[in-house]
Amino acid sequence: MINPTEYLPRSYHTRVSTYWWLKRWAYLKFILREASSVFVAWTVVMTLLQIRALARGPADYAEFQNWLRSPLLLALNAVSLAFVVFHAVTWFNLAPKAMVIRLRGKRLPNLAIAGPNFAAWLVISAAVTWILLRG
Amino acid sequence: MANRITLEVTRYDPAHNEKPRLDTYEVPLRKEWVVLDALNYVKDHLDGSLSFRWSCRMGVCGSCGMTVNGVPKLTCATFLSDYAPGPVRVEPMKNFPVLRDLVVDTSDFLVKLEKSKPWIIRKVEKPLEEEYFQTPEQLDAYKQFSMCINCMLCYAACPVYGLDPLFSGPAAIALAQRYNLDSRDEGTSERLDILSHHDGIWGCTFVGECTAVCPKHVDPAAAIQQYKLTAAMEWVKDLVLPRGAK
Amino acid sequence: MGKRSNEPFLWLLFSAGGVVSALLMPVHLLLFGLAFPLGWLDAPGQEKLLALVRHPVTRIYLLIFCSLPLFHWAHRFRFTLYDGLQIKHLNELINIFCYGGASLGTALAAYYLLWSTP
Repeated sequence: MINPTEYLPRSYHTRVSTYWWLKRWAYLKFILREASSVFVAWTVVMTLLQIRALARGPADYAEFQNWLRSPLLLALNAVSLAFVVFHAVTWFNLAPKAMVIRLRGKRLPNLAIAGPNFAAWLVISAAVTWILLRG
Repeated sequence: MANRITLEVTRYDPAHNEKPRLDTYEVPLRKEWVVLDALNYVKDHLDGSLSFRWSCRMGVCGSCGMTVNGVPKLTCATFLSDYAPGPVRVEPMKNFPVLRDLVVDTSDFLVKLEKSKPWIIRKVEKPLEEEYFQTPEQLDAYKQFSMCINCMLCYAACPVYGLDPLFSGPAAIALAQRYNLDSRDEGTSERLDILSHHDGIWGCTFVGECTAVCPKHVDPAAAIQQYKLTAAMEWVKDLVLPRGAK
Repeated sequence: MGKRSNEPFLWLLFSAGGVVSALLMPVHLLLFGLAFPLGWLDAPGQEKLLALVRHPVTRIYLLIFCSLPLFHWAHRFRFTLYDGLQIKHLNELINIFCYGGASLGTALAAYYLLWSTP
């Protein structure tokens, strides 16, 4: 920092507002992306509760399933799904930037890395669904 | 298209003002004019006391970075007609102390840049008569990151730098990575010692705005994420094979 | 500034958690959170699910599913508190809350999946 002198009394420092993230859409998108982590944590909590209910027997599990049908939980899980999907999409689009893979001297374009990520997402989701739904 | 446009420009004289204010000027709206032309028109015809930095007026020197309608831009590369009918708000670059009008104190960036050691580091220098050979592929590995013109728009856009003045910032880290990737350089370890810290690469949360505003398409965000991966691999290597052990 | 930070370890955990949550959580939430409760699809019965959970492969899968994403949350939430709320001066408390919370969750998951479920 330049020290104040007779000819340069002081420089002006703008304080960063607490609401800096509302000033531009790009910043808001960033904060929403970071906030998705809270819903990721919620999904873990819900899964732990589910495992506990399962282990305790049919009555407990039925009660847990009823709880999941309540409007509050349905709304929470709908919002969570939106955020978790937002996390997945932003993650697969950004992860390629950290990896530099060269094929025959040329750098692989981002889509060549993001594409397989999305494909894996689809395949794994289908596999999980199949395992849960088969008779 | 109208032939005039209004400019709202930050004015601040530290000797006489408590804080900056916005002054309004009406300038011609010429099809080929950039914001820098409008500022020079103000200085030449309306108010000679307006102070701002500029030099090459063609996007290679990095001097004319300012905030135009809230977005960090090079004023020599921003067309006035894109903002018609206006007004156009021209403010100093964010996240730097304002010295006067549109001029900011950039010394913090220069200190951080030097800390990154942005030069070829060799354990043993080659004698002057010998060249360092480099293939086009080796050049390609770091070329994108070498296009940085030190304009500091990325610092103006980075919220982490705005919130944490100790953060090294996009350009300093991207330029360190530019030398890490240079086949002639042997300084990766030395730079990791300096930058693998919370105020170095680990302060970055990949907002990505630095890349969005960079006028030379350097993509500093990618450089930093690649650097994080390198640092993480080095960390694992150090864990498994402690440094110095053979 | 000689010694390098141990932040890389936390970042690797964050990245691993990010991959796991990105690949697996959408389908889990879609099925267990919406499709089954709302009856869009037939939910698997309690016995079938329990049999699935008891399988050693599922135990490991669920352990990873419950642990790594928590560390992903811990790392991301810690930085959100630093930058979003600008409360960096509370950083020891934040670290304990975030990484401690993730460790607690992991311990709970290990307890349910490796110990208490027969």
